[in-house]
Amino acid sequence: MTNVESTKSAAGFKLPFKINVEPRVEDPPRWYSPVLSIVAVIVALLIGALVIRLGGGDPWKAYAHIARYSFGSIGVLSDTLVKAIPLMLVGLACSLAFRMKLWNIGAEGQFFLGAFGASLIVLLPVLPENAPKWLFVIVMALSGMLFGALWGFIPGLLKAKFNVNEIISTLMMNYIAVEWNNYFIYAVWSEGGFQMSRMFQRNAWLPRLSDYAEEFPVLRGLTTHMGLLFAVVAAIILWLILTKSRWGYEIRLIGDNPRAAQYAGISISKNVVFVMLVSGALAGLAGMAEISGVVHRLQGAISPGYGYTGIIIAWLAKLNPLAVVLVSILFGALILAGREVQPTGIPTLIQGVIMVSLIASDYFLRNRITITRRVEA
Amino acid sequence: MDFILIILASGVATGTVLLYATLGETFSERSGVLNLGVEGMMLVGAMTAYKISAATSNPWIGLLVAMLAAGAVSQVHAFISITLQADQVVSGLALNFLATGISLVLGEGLTSLRDVVPTLPSFTIPVLSQLPWLGKVFFQNQSVMVYIGYVFVPLAWYYINRTRPGMHLRAVGEYPAAADSLGIGVFSMRYFYVFVGGLMAGLAGATISLSISPGWFGALTTAGQGWIAVGLVIFAQWNPPRAAVGAYIFGALRRLVLDIQGPALLLGFANPFFYNPYYGFFLKMLPYAFTVAVLVIGSREANRKRIGTPAALGLPYIRGQRGL
Repeated sequence: MTNVESTKSAAGFKLPFKINVEPRVEDPPRWYSPVLSIVAVIVALLIGALVIRLGGGDPWKAYAHIARYSFGSIGVLSDTLVKAIPLMLVGLACSLAFRMKLWNIGAEGQFFLGAFGASLIVLLPVLPENAPKWLFVIVMALSGMLFGALWGFIPGLLKAKFNVNEIISTLMMNYIAVEWNNYFIYAVWSEGGFQMSRMFQRNAWLPRLSDYAEEFPVLRGLTTHMGLLFAVVAAIILWLILTKSRWGYEIRLIGDNPRAAQYAGISISKNVVFVMLVSGALAGLAGMAEISGVVHRLQGAISPGYGYTGIIIAWLAKLNPLAVVLVSILFGALILAGREVQPTGIPTLIQGVIMVSLIASDYFLRNRITITRRVEA
Repeated sequence: MDFILIILASGVATGTVLLYATLGETFSERSGVLNLGVEGMMLVGAMTAYKISAATSNPWIGLLVAMLAAGAVSQVHAFISITLQADQVVSGLALNFLATGISLVLGEGLTSLRDVVPTLPSFTIPVLSQLPWLGKVFFQNQSVMVYIGYVFVPLAWYYINRTRPGMHLRAVGEYPAAADSLGIGVFSMRYFYVFVGGLMAGLAGATISLSISPGWFGALTTAGQGWIAVGLVIFAQWNPPRAAVGAYIFGALRRLVLDIQGPALLLGFANPFFYNPYYGFFLKMLPYAFTVAVLVIGSREANRKRIGTPAALGLPYIRGQRGL
């Protein structure tokens, strides 16, 4: 191992110590990576505070506000979970694709199409208005996943067939998805000239905790809905697939070493299409959960950039599906309470700083850095 | 006919934004660094240009500061991907979030400043504007930024293909180890060209907010043009003249989408977009769908000719490591 001397000795002055950087040979201890991530987030919050200060805001007020209005009571905690549900699902969608180094930036568009697919069942209508709730939930979820998967399938196929850069194609699909939804909101399902569809009837709503307030008075007013169950189950299934199954092994191998995967007889293009399908379906399910669990109608403003936040969540969770669930709750808090923080760009900014700080911190994961006293020669 | 010429002329103006962003990204990628943060850097440029122009009443100072601001932001990506050797895709995405956030926070309240901020001048070039067709499209009452764009394209081509520093630039992007062994500073070159990419993205953003569609509308100011520019680089095969063609075609398409809804009669037929304005949503998809189509064409062509992509694009250079 070569020691890279990164002091400025060449520039003519010498520091009293020497910083050695060498690539890690063995894996760092298990606690190291999560601790490093936490440190990175703390550093990011400090940098964020500085920028808010420069922008004329009061950083501590902003942070205190976010903390109080996201974890301060059972009620807001429940709202935080509601915001975290779509984040969990899109975070899972991104984690799966990223594990294969397939850059699906299109979770936002797949989310919109999922919402569209779920609305279709109610508004077209596919099911009669008085169909039982369980049937609505199942069919809407399947339809949402189907449309999300379709939106993922297109860039997946283009990647597999023509080697089209999936970063750009998935991103372009996001813009197309927004316009697609807009057409239906404005022209087809518009209610009384407003840019939204009619409210779904009650049996097309996902069950919420507050629905059981009759039996359990504690649950009164709690908005957390069944989407949480979807997300947690999806996370567990995805974790099992990635760590225990043959398909998961293929995905990880392609991600780590595509050439080796090819020599091992694994079809990369087939996996690209499959992974994009599943990733799109997960993001589509997020759209369905948001529409059926929270918004209860199709409208334009259904996502404050969930799909993009999912990218950061996946990265912060180190692409581990179970960690995605936890990280999503933190970002749910940021989005929920960040809505009222002025200036309005602060949540986006903090997300950006967190991501930059995280990626920079990976350097310490890959390299061992030691500081030694300089021995005068 | 006039209708078509007007669309083409405003298409050239709109395309100028894409042109600057695409040229900047071309420089960055030629040196081996993929920077996905173009959209965010453009937003920083647009916001800074507008803010400084409002504060100083001088759009030229706004333009200059905007370029420097976007250039400064680009160095975050340079540091993370070149020095810290992180994955360029992830780092570029992160830069995008960061830059978008910065521009939204610092751009708070700028939207209300419409019509009081001085913008960059437009003028007609005396002799050239008399040319049939071309004069009207390229030289009549265009923004000064459009004319600067015309000059940039041949300069960029000449610099990359015919000068010594341009050759070093290509060497660093194709085979950094060889360039390094010849004493070309791979790291400093890459930092520099990422900075150039930032400057140009800032220029593109400033062109929007001070000239093409003046104002600050948050993230809608750029509306994905930075991403289209990243796609155009691939279509242009890292070649400035092709980038210019692509940028102007895209500019014309963007204008067409907006303007086609105006006339009740289109080439003698009833205009469906006039009578049902909701079809406009499908029109708005076109530039994005077209980007995907162009990527298909571009990557097919690249496969056939086996040219284009700088060989070391996306790979961090680690001194002493085998391979590229």
